[in-house]
Amino acid sequence: MIKIKGLTFGYTPEHLIFDNVDFQYTLNQRVGLIGANGSGKTTFFYLIMGLLRPFAGEIEIFGKVRRTEKDFEEVRKRIGFLFQNPDDQLFSPTVEEDIAFGPLNLGKTEKEARLIVDKTCKILGIEGYEQRVSYKLSGGEKRLVSLATVVAMEPRILLLDEPTTGLDQHFTEKVINYLNNNTSSYIIASQDMDFLKKTVNKIYQVGKGKIVENETV
Amino acid sequence: MHFEEFAEGKSYIHSLDPRIKIAGLVPFILVVALTSKLQVSLLAVIAGITLVLFSRINFIALLKRLYAVNIFILFLWLILPFTIPGRKFLALGALKASYEGIFYTLNITLKANAIILCTIALVGTTPIFRIAHALRCLKIPEKLVYLFFFSYRYITVLHEEYDSLNRAMKMRAFKPRTNLHTYKSYANLIGILLVRSYDRSQRIYQAMLCRGFKGKFPALSSFRTNKRDFAFLIFMLLFTIFLIMVETENFFRVL
Repeated sequence: MIKIKGLTFGYTPEHLIFDNVDFQYTLNQRVGLIGANGSGKTTFFYLIMGLLRPFAGEIEIFGKVRRTEKDFEEVRKRIGFLFQNPDDQLFSPTVEEDIAFGPLNLGKTEKEARLIVDKTCKILGIEGYEQRVSYKLSGGEKRLVSLATVVAMEPRILLLDEPTTGLDQHFTEKVINYLNNNTSSYIIASQDMDFLKKTVNKIYQVGKGKIVENETV
Repeated sequence: MHFEEFAEGKSYIHSLDPRIKIAGLVPFILVVALTSKLQVSLLAVIAGITLVLFSRINFIALLKRLYAVNIFILFLWLILPFTIPGRKFLALGALKASYEGIFYTLNITLKANAIILCTIALVGTTPIFRIAHALRCLKIPEKLVYLFFFSYRYITVLHEEYDSLNRAMKMRAFKPRTNLHTYKSYANLIGILLVRSYDRSQRIYQAMLCRGFKGKFPALSSFRTNKRDFAFLIFMLLFTIFLIMVETENFFRVL
């Protein structure tokens, strides 16, 4: 599903974040990425989503090598990316509109979008949030709502960037619950080994320009 | 920071369709802003007070807003009466205040307060996103509407960021004084705020791209207009026409 070969990228040519990296992901895998701050976890996601372009290497997603903006537009419809900071993700005035934004962009009608909003809120346990104002939510609520905005697009694969940073037990449980019961294809970047152990069955170590499978878990 | 303190409420004014409110308000404001007659401004102030009473908004919060506006107008009172030529009203040494100057400044004061009162009563009682949707329905160019909306949305975020930076400075014993260190520190603060807002705008845009954004914003909420809305619009327009007649004195000739 995602096949990466010889990926090379850095924010400056002298300091490479990824140096000739190979990586493979197939559907229905629950995968974790662990690594120090600045090791490139977020960058890796940005490269998959086409928000950054590699210096060299091939990114093949859903059976097609992706190079141009147009290629990645298609990718973004099918891979959902949860940003590290919910304030970057939520921009609509109300929760409902924020969740509906993705589905409407995919060409759903207003009625369908509303149904999706209801369904998504139910799955994530945030019913009754629909009319609330996004920027007045608490940190945990914001995180769940931004997860909802991604889930609402019914992506084949989820990329989650530090989904539990700053979350308390209650909200972390909700995220774990969702991941265990409602979806089966995702890649999570996290520092939280406990959280990863509860949600993934394969962990990769990111760092020193490489992404390698961590056999110890 | 809370800008929408008047937006929550259940009064008649709150329940009006925002498109109607804007459509009724704009011609009214135009007439009031352009008038040169004290009577028109006075009538407008009365209209403003009436609207505010109908909207049942928090009176103290309203006074705070009016205070801010009138501080600004106070400066006009310090300058305008003395600089507009005309019949002498009062002399303070070499400074002469004219009747015309006082009349002019009084008119500005009334106009400004009337416009603020009406705007708070009508626009202030509408949640910002409803305003944005209403503007779009009224065929205001999309780019302007989104510029307006995003400025509003992220002013709060930037203000929070400013607060946290400011707090961080205080925690390290920073006290603003009149010296180079203070100026430098504030310059750094503003600089970092600019950099952060640029970064943030990039990330927001990327997040939107990831959710299939292609330059068009889909709208979700829809408006409904009923008889009460139209009654309000007709009343506002009639009142505006009445003001125009007073302005041109046709009204009195008809009588």
